[in-house]
Amino acid sequence: MLPEAIELVIVTPERQLLREKAVEVQLPGEGGYLGVLPGHAPLITELGIGELSYHDLGGKESAHLAIVRGFAEVLSDRVTVLAETAERAEEIDLQRAKDALARAEQRLASSDPNIDWDRANIALQRALIRIQVGTKKRSALVPGA
Amino acid sequence: MATLLDFRRRIRSVKNTQQITRAMKFVAAARLRRAQEAAIAARPYAKELARMLRSIMSRIDEPQHSLLAHRPEERILAIVLTGERGLAGAFNANILRKAHDFFRANKGKKLSTIPVGKKGRDSLKKAGFSLIAEYVNVLARVDFATAREIALLVTDLYAKEEIDSVYIVFSEFKTVMTPNLVVTKLLPVEAIRADEESAEKESAQVDYIYEQPEEQLLGKLLPRYIETQILRAMLESSAAEHAARMTAMESATKNAGDVIDALTLHMNKVRQAAITKEIIEIVSGASYGA
Repeated sequence: MLPEAIELVIVTPERQLLREKAVEVQLPGEGGYLGVLPGHAPLITELGIGELSYHDLGGKESAHLAIVRGFAEVLSDRVTVLAETAERAEEIDLQRAKDALARAEQRLASSDPNIDWDRANIALQRALIRIQVGTKKRSALVPGA
Repeated sequence: MATLLDFRRRIRSVKNTQQITRAMKFVAAARLRRAQEAAIAARPYAKELARMLRSIMSRIDEPQHSLLAHRPEERILAIVLTGERGLAGAFNANILRKAHDFFRANKGKKLSTIPVGKKGRDSLKKAGFSLIAEYVNVLARVDFATAREIALLVTDLYAKEEIDSVYIVFSEFKTVMTPNLVVTKLLPVEAIRADEESAEKESAQVDYIYEQPEEQLLGKLLPRYIETQILRAMLESSAAEHAARMTAMESATKNAGDVIDALTLHMNKVRQAAITKEIIEIVSGASYGA
């Protein structure tokens, strides 16, 4: 028999961020997004930088989180996400993310040979995801804004 | 002979000291609570990570990874976690004694150390150990970034075969009264610690689909595991430090109270003696006149 819901657990090294029942979870896998429904086959994957979204038991409302790297373990009734950092949409400071984006872009555009390309690139991706996730909360709260 | 005024001054000064120690006790108590909460909050991640790692390790016949490689222990690195400040009873002294014991037990091998915390840095530097790196002023607010930095440094040295094993010396927080000094091996990674609760759950093994090759996942998980181990040690050590400071300040406050009581008693005796002397002088003066 298939379970009706998935227990979604999101932990970061510093705290447990979330433990909630969900009916559908989308994970930002290293090689692309994964959709998980109850009864999924057991799976372990690396996560990239991206957006995690899930539908809670109520069904229609979905919540979004910005995830930066980590691992996920999927069982038929449980999804455990070990993320390096994870932020809910409403926790994201949009202005800070935009500043970080500008900084990263500037760094990537400069011709300074001392620039750590990988780091700047990761910073860029992280900022983009945070803005993407952060904006979702804005538009949901203030229609038309 | 000390006059009444001298006594009053001393009493006032001891009272001031007592106020400071009492304030420090309350500050330490508040920080201890915060440190404990942080340590508890960090537990789920460490637990889940260890579980995932064990599951992968059990599936690979002969896990091969540079962090699992055993070598004869000729070059040993010890990470020593102490406090940034004193006034915490024997907290720093105990850890340093443990560290020195450890170094003595491994005499003749090539030893190096990474002190975390000002007290340990100063002492180990003076003792002439080779410091690979030092981290000071990081324990007031333990964060994952520092743990990661340390982890990166030691795993890198280990993978490059510049060291053969890594230990971590710190004070584990058990209860407020009993600090528990431990020396644990960080590298090479041996058995992954399992607590009873999760060990039971794992008896039913699941056949996972791996999105990435097992070895690659293992390679990503192992460094994370080292990071959580270091983070845990830092959180424990900071809780233990605040606990030690709280106890030390509590007894200092009590001692100050005892000193004040003794001084007050003495002062009253001196005052009484002075009054008695005066009365005798008056009485004997009066009898001469008669």
